[in-house]
Amino acid sequence: MTWLHGILLIVFAVSTVAGYLLIRNVPSLLHTPLMSGMNALSGITLIGALVALAVTFRNQAILSALFAAVAVIVATVNVIGGFGVTHRMLMMFRKKEDRHE
Amino acid sequence: MNDFLALTISANAYYILSAGLALIVLFGIFLMSKVETAKTGNALSGFAVLLGVLLSMVRYDLLPIWTIYLCLFIGTGIGAWLAVKVQMIQMPQMIALLNGLGGLASMIVGGFAMVGVGSDLTVFSQITAMIAVFIGGWTFIGSMIAAGKLHRVINQKPIVLQGHRMLLNLALALTVIVVVFAIFRLLTLPLTLTLLILLSFLFGLLFTIRIGGADMPIAISLLNSLSGVAGAISGLAIGDVLLVAIGGIVGASGLLLTQIMCRAMNRSLWDILLGKTTQKAVSSEKPAETKTPIATDEPVLPQKDFRDIVNGAKEIIIVPGYGMAVAQAQHLLKQVADCLKKKGARVRYAIHPVAGRMPGHMNVLLAEANVDYDELFEMDDLNDQFRSADLTIVVGANDVLNPAARAAEGTPIYGMPILNVDQCENIFIFNYDLKPGYAGVNNPLYEKKNGVHLFLGNAKETLQTFLSDIQTDH
Repeated sequence: MTWLHGILLIVFAVSTVAGYLLIRNVPSLLHTPLMSGMNALSGITLIGALVALAVTFRNQAILSALFAAVAVIVATVNVIGGFGVTHRMLMMFRKKEDRHE
Repeated sequence: MNDFLALTISANAYYILSAGLALIVLFGIFLMSKVETAKTGNALSGFAVLLGVLLSMVRYDLLPIWTIYLCLFIGTGIGAWLAVKVQMIQMPQMIALLNGLGGLASMIVGGFAMVGVGSDLTVFSQITAMIAVFIGGWTFIGSMIAAGKLHRVINQKPIVLQGHRMLLNLALALTVIVVVFAIFRLLTLPLTLTLLILLSFLFGLLFTIRIGGADMPIAISLLNSLSGVAGAISGLAIGDVLLVAIGGIVGASGLLLTQIMCRAMNRSLWDILLGKTTQKAVSSEKPAETKTPIATDEPVLPQKDFRDIVNGAKEIIIVPGYGMAVAQAQHLLKQVADCLKKKGARVRYAIHPVAGRMPGHMNVLLAEANVDYDELFEMDDLNDQFRSADLTIVVGANDVLNPAARAAEGTPIYGMPILNVDQCENIFIFNYDLKPGYAGVNNPLYEKKNGVHLFLGNAKETLQTFLSDIQTDH
């Protein structure tokens, strides 16, 4: 354990608590979009996948690069699909005043 | 850090920028607490992820690598296609699928971190990388099976193997042994990685196959939490603070939703994880005992014509259930509600927390049918108003309003918070049949002699007939 690891663990704890406190205020009306939005966020692991792809590609490790490429693709699907579908759902939530029929 | 990665941004600058992005994400979540601002919140979170990706690409000097663009392009195409194509009733399996993909990505990142790609090969990063592989693989297979069950590609019934619990414990114990052996370098890296992946897949499989259809909201929430945790731990392994922060937030969100779902179904998380469904079999054998007194000691009054009730009603509460969604009757229900409003009634919808197959699912289905969201109410907001309402219309819901939950001790729904539909003077029930719901407990409301009108059959057809009946009669 170095100081870096210590910081990382603290960040993990703080973000978990902060997230928990904020998410508690989201009404059940919006729980599905909340979940798909959170889901999209978990695709942030894309960053790790990008680094892996870069390293393996530059090392010309073909098989490894293939795995990394799969990781980048599925993480991107996770991010784009998640945010996209969340947006689509939120667009449907309207009040009477919002409608122009 | 690997030699090939020339860091163009100093570590301190990266930490500060990451903290900024994490704050943007938290602010986005804060905006999700109101419908009016939720769209902005979502866009803000998405923007933060985009910036995070760009920041990493600059930081690790990845911009000149063409394969990255190719992969991003393919992923964006598939993701956008899914987001546009998916139907609202398929949302639970969509979320499960995306969840699984996130888990898979975390597993692969963890695997690379184990062999030193992106990580510094300290004991800390070794251990966290191994945990990331395990949780990522568990999330991946678990989510895929959940998606398959929800999409009815896999049998929805819970599958419980002999010694299921022991097998789970065994898989977990073997994983711990592999991790310990790997730390002391008693196993080669490729062997460790293979074993971990296999064990995580086995664990994910055993974990999900025994969860049944109606427990899916809980399973999905939990897997959502796990995908966040997997991301956070792979972030620990590669020392990326942004991954750690956002993964932690997602993990907390999933955990909170899991808690809410468990409370709404009166189930303990452990019971579901351990696949306890034995109570159900017992209760369905003797449903007669679940009768509550309301059916017996009231005088039978002549049944009023339902059209008269409709015409006299000023306050109407609609209780939609998953059956409505299965019959795709939400648009028709909206037409019925519009007709009732035209007749001068106030119409509100009472949404039970577990109506649907994932948290909040019913609200999305009704919003899709153009129901205004200010007509959608949570259970607690309307529950003391059934007594004063003139009419309650139930469409495709059963367990969530079964009064047996208050009285019938020993049944699976006993103690579950329910909608107080039985307190309403007039109740119209549009259900497919009178069979007990998923919980297997008979509903005494069906035997109530006064005030209950049953319209049995496919909700699409019964609502259509009902609609033309009330439209023609003025």
